[in-house]
Amino acid sequence: MIGNFPFIAVIILIGLGVYSLLFKKNLIKIAIGLTLIESGVNLFLIALGFRKGAVAPIYTQAPEGVKMVLPTPQALCLTSIVIGVATTALILSIVMVIYQKYGTINTDEIRRLRG
Amino acid sequence: MNIALLETGSGYWNTLIWVVTALIIGVCVLWLRNRGESRYKKDTDQTKPFLSGNPEVSKEDSHVGASHLYWGFTEALKNYYEPLVKMHTGNINDYSGWIVLVMAIIFIIIGVS
Amino acid sequence: MNSILLHAPALIIALPLLAAFITPILGRFNRKTISWLATCVLGLTLLLTIFVARQVLTHGPIVYVFGATETGLTLPFGYTMPIRIIFQIDAMGIFMGLITSLVAFLAAIYSISYMEQHTGLDKYYTLLLLLATSMFGMELTGDIFNFFVFFEIASISSVALIAFRSTISGEPAEAGLKYMVVSSISALMVLFAIGLFYGQYDALNMATIASVMQFTQLDKIALILLVTVLAMKAGSVPMHMWTPDAYSEAPAAITMILVAASQASLYALFRIVFSIYNVTLNTVTVGWILIILGVLSMFIGVTMAIIQKDIKRLMAYHSISQTGYMLLGVGVGLAVLTNPVALESFGIKAMEGGIFHIINNALYKGLLFLTAGAIFLRTDTRDLNKMGGLAHNMTYTTIFYIIGAAAIAGIPPFNGFASKLIIYESVYRFNPLLAIIAMLVSVLTLASFVKVFHSAFLGPRLEQYKSVQEVPKSMIIAMAVLSCLIVFFGLFPNLIVKYIVHPAVMALINQAHYTATILGGI
Repeated sequence: MIGNFPFIAVIILIGLGVYSLLFKKNLIKIAIGLTLIESGVNLFLIALGFRKGAVAPIYTQAPEGVKMVLPTPQALCLTSIVIGVATTALILSIVMVIYQKYGTINTDEIRRLRG
Repeated sequence: MNIALLETGSGYWNTLIWVVTALIIGVCVLWLRNRGESRYKKDTDQTKPFLSGNPEVSKEDSHVGASHLYWGFTEALKNYYEPLVKMHTGNINDYSGWIVLVMAIIFIIIGVS
Repeated sequence: MNSILLHAPALIIALPLLAAFITPILGRFNRKTISWLATCVLGLTLLLTIFVARQVLTHGPIVYVFGATETGLTLPFGYTMPIRIIFQIDAMGIFMGLITSLVAFLAAIYSISYMEQHTGLDKYYTLLLLLATSMFGMELTGDIFNFFVFFEIASISSVALIAFRSTISGEPAEAGLKYMVVSSISALMVLFAIGLFYGQYDALNMATIASVMQFTQLDKIALILLVTVLAMKAGSVPMHMWTPDAYSEAPAAITMILVAASQASLYALFRIVFSIYNVTLNTVTVGWILIILGVLSMFIGVTMAIIQKDIKRLMAYHSISQTGYMLLGVGVGLAVLTNPVALESFGIKAMEGGIFHIINNALYKGLLFLTAGAIFLRTDTRDLNKMGGLAHNMTYTTIFYIIGAAAIAGIPPFNGFASKLIIYESVYRFNPLLAIIAMLVSVLTLASFVKVFHSAFLGPRLEQYKSVQEVPKSMIIAMAVLSCLIVFFGLFPNLIVKYIVHPAVMALINQAHYTATILGGI
């Protein structure tokens, strides 16, 4: 049961992210919601590679006969973090432009494009 | 293989025959049109539009704009269009909401089957 | 020369990627040359894609392993599963690659004149080349995590391009934000699904996952996530709201590429359903999900298009409705996948119609968006109410518009008719009601394009557009090439269906062949 805690945390993080995407009216909070989902997914990837009592997967440094955690999910997670930074930066810069042009970051008022 | 022949599974469609037929019909129509109307005289009152005696509207003002087209169509389908347009709120929260909703529906369908 | 062409699959990605980062440096010295550089590089990529396509269609699928001693060495040192990043190019992948390279090349030609007056051209071309690169990556890769990376690059670069004109008004930024939020959600869900696959099968290679697919509960969840978000990225109703916003605010040439980009997502959806899951899933249920999404997209897309007053928004709603045809055709193919008799008699034909419609849609939708861009360049408005009588001054644009509108409405002898005819006749044998809805949608499509034609091109010469001129040459060339291809595809549809579309459909259906290309042995 205790081994499943990371996965429960994943569900909670993604759920909170989806909640803020659906119900928060502030664009910055929507960006925060996206990063929450992203952290949840990253945690999920990392939790997949976890092994009890294992060491970091550095082949030349690891002591004899000790298990190593799986390196691939960490590589995936790193890539995903880098992409996530780019996404967040782009969203926040667009939010800045929107605030300049519209004078608000409330989603109810940013809907000139509709219908 | 005939490259202009398209097999549709239950039938055939030959482009070249269609093009040739269209050309023949077009030539016939042009020929008929060129035989003309003998009573037609250019630049007389005969060629002017007659609007029950009212003066003719200038050509620039008579252009029908896009909003006026298909008025009857949208009016007749008002009950269909009103909720549909209301659905497109343009609100970013709703965009995410639709994704979650469709995901939930597909989850139920695939989960049950 | 031969040793270079051996690396053609890698070069298709590498050339635009390299050029993307050369353009800002070159732009510091000479502003004029960057557009020509981008055009030449994309032209070269088109030639490479055609070369690879010829090889794939004559000799079967190509495998390109990055970092291996030999390009075709998938399983080194006696491994039983591939560990390197692999490009697996079969007939379906290269079919999409051809569309991408053609569309990107023509968009670059069109941009030479269209973007001439804008500042920040170096960034524009960097993003355009990056977008092209990422689309190639999505279509050619055989590695699902690699797919995710290219998927994210595609959304980031297309968002930046959609918001490119946000210095003038706020709407492009708004459209960009909306697209960014939905595509971030979709990319993260794709990553979650990748995690689910990796946790179960220890593999990221699509062919390897396909060969050990069990269809457990977790696979079901992955399927739900992938189908929903990829259908959303393809713009299917009711998750289509970002499409009209993004398509109408992006520059015209970019809208043309965005159409191809959303079709790349559609391709990914087909690839995952057919190549990874194939018969392990309940094909009837998933097939019907695709069909229902398709029918909703067709009908709601076209009815919303009729009432639009913005020319590019109207066309954007039409691209939703055209996506519906593809989903319908392929969905019917999927629904009868386990029934060999039905698959043979109409399933394959329905899929051919759907896949053929992808390339047709890329051509005529691209042409229509380009004509809308030409009108916008000359009249500086997208509002149909303010237009009128443009045919007097813009003769070529009018002719191209007529060709595009006739093709999308399915009027013979243009290409839209050929693919729609295949869809109607094969879908009719599956379920007559679906074919009737498809025909009705086609009629409504014609109606709404008649509306655009009447309000923009016909009518007397309006006072404010007396001095409007025909658009510059490079834009006319791009539109003329598309028109010629539309007429060619319409006159000789069987040529395309037999030599390009049919192999693509067979590559999708035949999962055993897909896995055997990587893992060897049948």
